[in-house]
Amino acid sequence: MTTATEPEPTRRDFLYIATGAVAAVGGAFAAWPFLDQMNPTSAVLALASIEIDISSIQVGQQVVFKWRGHPLFVRRRTSKEIAEARAVALSDLIDPVARNANLPDDAPATDANREYKPEWLVLIGVCTHLGCTPTVSTPQAPQGDYGGWLCHCHGSQYDTAGRIRKGPAPQNLAVPPYSFLSPTKIKVG
Amino acid sequence: MAGQSTYVPATGFTRWLDKRLPILRLAHDTMTTFPTPRNLNVWYTFGGILTFCLGVQIVTGIVLAMHYVPNADLAFDSVDTIMRDVNYGWLIRTVHATGASMFFLAVYLHMFRGLYYGSYKAPREVIWILGVLIYLLMMGTAFFGYVLPWGQMSFWGATVITSLFSALDQIIPHLGTAITTWLWGGFAVGDATLNRFFSLHYLLPFVIAGVVGLHIWALHVPGNNNPLGIDVKGPQDTLSFHPYYTAKDAFYLSLFVILFAGFVFFAPDFFGNPDNSIQANPLVTPPDIVPEWYLLPFYAMLRSVPQKLIGVLVLVGALVTLFFVPWLDTSKVRSCRFRPLMKQFFWLFAADCLMLGYVGSQSADAALNLGGTQLPLVWLARLGTAYFYAFFWLLMPLIGLIEKPKPLPDSIAKPVLGGKGERK
Repeated sequence: MTTATEPEPTRRDFLYIATGAVAAVGGAFAAWPFLDQMNPTSAVLALASIEIDISSIQVGQQVVFKWRGHPLFVRRRTSKEIAEARAVALSDLIDPVARNANLPDDAPATDANREYKPEWLVLIGVCTHLGCTPTVSTPQAPQGDYGGWLCHCHGSQYDTAGRIRKGPAPQNLAVPPYSFLSPTKIKVG
Repeated sequence: MAGQSTYVPATGFTRWLDKRLPILRLAHDTMTTFPTPRNLNVWYTFGGILTFCLGVQIVTGIVLAMHYVPNADLAFDSVDTIMRDVNYGWLIRTVHATGASMFFLAVYLHMFRGLYYGSYKAPREVIWILGVLIYLLMMGTAFFGYVLPWGQMSFWGATVITSLFSALDQIIPHLGTAITTWLWGGFAVGDATLNRFFSLHYLLPFVIAGVVGLHIWALHVPGNNNPLGIDVKGPQDTLSFHPYYTAKDAFYLSLFVILFAGFVFFAPDFFGNPDNSIQANPLVTPPDIVPEWYLLPFYAMLRSVPQKLIGVLVLVGALVTLFFVPWLDTSKVRSCRFRPLMKQFFWLFAADCLMLGYVGSQSADAALNLGGTQLPLVWLARLGTAYFYAFFWLLMPLIGLIEKPKPLPDSIAKPVLGGKGERK
């Protein structure tokens, strides 16, 4: 037994351990302000919500707004685009989760779970791969094979519900927290 | 080769100083009489050239910081002011921007030199590891610096590179997002990001200078490797660093400076991207985001994988691989001059890096037209990435075991002097 031969702890041992403990705990507390100062300031956090008038957006058109420094896509879908999005089987999706901030985290990525009203698709315009802004697909200028969006940076393709269908992006385009204040006005954030 | 000091203080003052701070002794022993293999060729002059490059970047950078404004609303215009209004601002900024490319050109030649002559092998592993560290710090510094002009490519380059961390979301949910928000100081790349990148861009070159000091210190313990890759056996194999290698370094440095000046004065925008002449716009991504040329091979690796997390891991893994090179090479012979098999795979590796660089410069869905058949470039990227990994993790250990090296010369002096310098 080694413990039997160990001498009694001395005052010196106590001081040694106590000083080490203060240094470790103090170091951790001192490091935190230097790490946390990098996080968004309260001024940045305060600008987190906007109201948008959507009355002038035409069917088949997408308008881009700016929300939290990111592009915000508001797309008024044609009935053909809605039908295409609704026809997709869940098993064909790369990301089966709705990614809708207004729904539970595990909601399935059906088209209905991606919007409040079938006509209006509100999405954060940030490719979930590495953050580029995807280009919207129109009948005149198709982008990719799925009628939604194509990200030119690394070739990710999204369908007409903003769901990832092909390419390196892992997730569907995110749906931000939003609500309809009136039939022509939404509040995002 | 760190032998006895041969410094003899000549004056009363230097004798006085030598007893108190032997800094002249250090300079004398490391930069004057330091015994250096007598057969070093042109590829060994890049250490000096790189020191010059670091000095140029620091001096021009400090001057630019006197005129640059790290603010998202003012940065782009302040760079324009430097180019148009500040006296010689056009020259100093062009030297700084071109200097980054020249720095990487020199560091790549320096690294391939090390690979070819086996300079990473015992007892020089620590020199190599410190060198890889310097290389990574250079990439970080160059990336931060590229963001500062706040053009379209600055902004979107910053977005793509910082978003690499969001891949961590696939390991621990929300961790990656928390890290990118922390890096940005907001929900997207913005003013806070620009400010901190400026601060870090100013800091890192001095960290590099510190690691360069360690790199040279570690070099002066075993001394230089040489093109034959054999050990120095005695004084007949070496020359004093000054004047032989100071002169050689200075000559090739002057050639390098001519090339440097050629770009600065005749093709100042050669390494630039036209999209960076457009001010940053968070709502519009340029059609093709391309990093600077020196990062293209790694960019090609990232894009070769259609899955985000794995793509990021492949990119990071390629860089981390470099740290293990000293232990992956199993050969007892250092120099590829005596390694007929390794030599071929080395040149294939060099070509592979160039090919990956080319693929990285092309758009994501580009294809090569081979007499009617379309070869998507992504397949070339996959092939190239596979070879990059195979070279280090498969071929290096394997070839060392199966290769029959050519006979090594007895000494450095013998082939150089035909035996005349030999002291029996």
